[in-house]
Amino acid sequence: MLSIVLAPFVAAGVAPLLVRLLGHRASLVLVLVPGASFAWLVWRMDEATPGILESTPWVPGLDVALDFSLDGLSLIFSLLISGIGALIVLYAGGYLKGHPMLGRFFLFLMMFMGAMQGVVLADNVVTLFVFWELTSLASYLLVGFESGRAAARRAALQALLITGTGGLALLAGLIMLASAGGSWRISDLTGAGSWIQDDPLYLPILILVVLGCFTKSAQWPFHSWLPGAMQAPTPVSAYLHSATMVKAGVYLLARLDPALGGSPEWLWILTGIGGLTMLMGVVFALLETDLKLVLAWTTVSALGTLVFLLGPSHEPGAKAAMAFLLVHALYKGALFMAAGNVDHEAGTRDLTQLGGLMRTMPVTFAAAAVACVSMAGLPFSLGWVAKELIGASQIALAAELSVSLIAATLTNLMLFCVAAIVAIVPFTGRRSDAAEHAHEAPWPMLAGPVVLSALGLVFGLVPDLVAAPLIAGATTAVMGRQATLDLVLFKAADWKLLLTLATFVAGAALFLLWRRSAGSWRAALNPTLGRGPDRGYDRVMEGLAALAAWQTRLLQPGLLHRYMAASFAVVTLAVAASLARGDVRFSLAFDGGRLIEWAVFAVTAAAALVAAFATTRLLAVTALGMLGLGVAMIFMLFGAPDVAITQFMVETLVVVILALVLIRLPGFRLSSRSDRPRWLYGSISVGTGAIVTLLLLGVLAEPFDPRLSEWFGATAVPQAFGHNVVNVILVDFRALDTLGEIIVVFAAALSALAAIGIGARTRS
Amino acid sequence: MSSLILRAATRVLAPMMLMLSLFLLWRGHNLPGGGFIGGLVATSAIALQGIAFGPEAARRTLVLPPAVLAAFGLLAAVLATLPAALVELPFFTGLWLKLDLGDGAILPLSTPLLFDIGVFLVVIGGVCAILLALEEDPETDRTEGP
Repeated sequence: MLSIVLAPFVAAGVAPLLVRLLGHRASLVLVLVPGASFAWLVWRMDEATPGILESTPWVPGLDVALDFSLDGLSLIFSLLISGIGALIVLYAGGYLKGHPMLGRFFLFLMMFMGAMQGVVLADNVVTLFVFWELTSLASYLLVGFESGRAAARRAALQALLITGTGGLALLAGLIMLASAGGSWRISDLTGAGSWIQDDPLYLPILILVVLGCFTKSAQWPFHSWLPGAMQAPTPVSAYLHSATMVKAGVYLLARLDPALGGSPEWLWILTGIGGLTMLMGVVFALLETDLKLVLAWTTVSALGTLVFLLGPSHEPGAKAAMAFLLVHALYKGALFMAAGNVDHEAGTRDLTQLGGLMRTMPVTFAAAAVACVSMAGLPFSLGWVAKELIGASQIALAAELSVSLIAATLTNLMLFCVAAIVAIVPFTGRRSDAAEHAHEAPWPMLAGPVVLSALGLVFGLVPDLVAAPLIAGATTAVMGRQATLDLVLFKAADWKLLLTLATFVAGAALFLLWRRSAGSWRAALNPTLGRGPDRGYDRVMEGLAALAAWQTRLLQPGLLHRYMAASFAVVTLAVAASLARGDVRFSLAFDGGRLIEWAVFAVTAAAALVAAFATTRLLAVTALGMLGLGVAMIFMLFGAPDVAITQFMVETLVVVILALVLIRLPGFRLSSRSDRPRWLYGSISVGTGAIVTLLLLGVLAEPFDPRLSEWFGATAVPQAFGHNVVNVILVDFRALDTLGEIIVVFAAALSALAAIGIGARTRS
Repeated sequence: MSSLILRAATRVLAPMMLMLSLFLLWRGHNLPGGGFIGGLVATSAIALQGIAFGPEAARRTLVLPPAVLAAFGLLAAVLATLPAALVELPFFTGLWLKLDLGDGAILPLSTPLLFDIGVFLVVIGGVCAILLALEEDPETDRTEGP
């Protein structure tokens, strides 16, 4: 199982090299990775319903392990990721043939594939979150793949920011969930039932987790990034933004259903927001003219449907959700690839300019038509099965939720209409100019749509192929108890069948109406609807930029003396506040001091006075150096030779560096001091000195705690073979800190180099 | 700067300071010294040379560009953390190899020493990078004149 997750990452690493060697044919090699995963999953399918667990130590010191588990829910997702992934890799080889960045594209795509497998197979909260964020990152890179276009960059950033913000909420929610449940393993958390709902933290956990899932799965009001993400190349839209990544939120909701689900909050949030998203998505789909955007809005609607179905936490709903998940991935993947073929061959995806492609692109048309049969939920397709299950789940609900049955039926009606639009408008009718020079796509671009749409038909005719192993298995995992599924293709002719037929008729009527007056609907509604949340995103971003500019002007004026004054003032006030609050005694004991100590003190104090009243910079710098040397002498007197030598060297080098800087400053004299509030800076300095003195007097009043120094003294030689405790601490006991420090030194040197370089360039 | 006394003194002092820095680095684990201090002493030697003979001469002494030197230091420090993984000890565990040179003399080699060498190089490289860049600024050249 670990190799299912890791193999795509390895493939991602070698993908650019493969593309350099083989060109677009590299896809034929890369397809082996998801293909092999798919075969392995099919082979182990029977074991998935009890579940397979695997654990590999990762950071044993922190008790973090790579735990993976395969149960019915993971299986259905993992099969979709690897199966559709294989077809997408093939498709991308044709779609992006000759693209100069093809290697990079496959790198991102395979990275995403591995991350997505990680999300659905992870059995550890931390592992799941890491892979979850990796999918957001891969999505960012893929949406912004055509980085030359501003729209693509905006869409990529929007997707990253929205899903990333949700990711933060999710992280908080998962950590709270794990600490409330006392385990990092998801199977432990969900296996214990709904104990969490009695915890006082239940509501915060629920809200945070749901925020993460809703942003990822594009629920209202976070949906605006998903239509934007259509800026990505079509294979990405088909893979990430319809079949897999956007379902990650649905996956996590289903996964946590045994622990979090079943409460009234869960029911109302999921059913409400999911239902709203479901209706909104399909309405917007009717208003679009771009074929890909039509599909994107129906994806939003489908995601809403899935969340909506998970809301009641009952078995019919879970069954319907799992069946719809499968059928949606099949038909939507096929339709996106078909839309990509149309775009690729006809040069446009605008519905108002397309038409008559049936004769030039017969295979694409057939695949799209079959997929649309599934989308519309016509008999003999898997869509019909899913639709029957959705209807059954809504009827099984209590009477007060009958409004949700109406919502589901309305959505179905409009979805039927959208399916008719996608299947009929581009392919039939008068041949448009764009269709004149179009021709059929090459075979790698046909394999995907044909296989996926055919599967929708095959599974529809023989639903037992998927009913028991996939849908019932996944439902078992979601519900946390054994579920069975008996699919009956045609039930008795009762009012439910009549309702279905009425939906078809009404959908067809809506399609005819759409043909006549879609243009006027768009003209009337688009300005008023205005895609609210999308504009809201722009507002938030503008506000954020304005806030950043304002606080930069306030806090980062670029004047070093102001930074210093602010830092010292804050430190002084903070220390003063804590001294005033605490019960602090001050030691005023004084033993008279040795002569040498008085001498060092006199020199140091004199140097400080000279520095404070110096009139030229050189004098001030030299006096500061004296001051530092005096401090080093004090270290020496009190038996800290390492610190003293370091201080000596640092003071020397600081004087050298400051002297070099001084040469560059305009004017040697400190004449510009008059523009600074001297009394303010003077009082900050005196205050800082006074408060630090008080602090030290307070420290001296406390008895010295020798435990640490004794421990270091006792263990330095036997454990680290060193007599110099300072050095032993630096390079052995606390070496990780030192590593951090030298990284800081390195980074500081690089930034100083850059700053000096910029200064030199702007002057010359 | 072209003081004869400074040049003559630097010829003697700079090599001695560099040797001292290596000595401090080596003995640091048991007596005052170590990578930080050694690195600072070596940097002072380079700074002295830069002032006496100009930044070009200082760069020749360093052989490698200072930023590269610092990068190598970082690399050495990170490498020192890894051998522990080979013997399945936690990351960063110090390992010691005590070579017996005969006559009771023992040469202790260890990953903490390699780590300290890394610190030494980062300090030299980092500080010298700033120092030499400041000395070489075009404006400085103009004020000093050829």
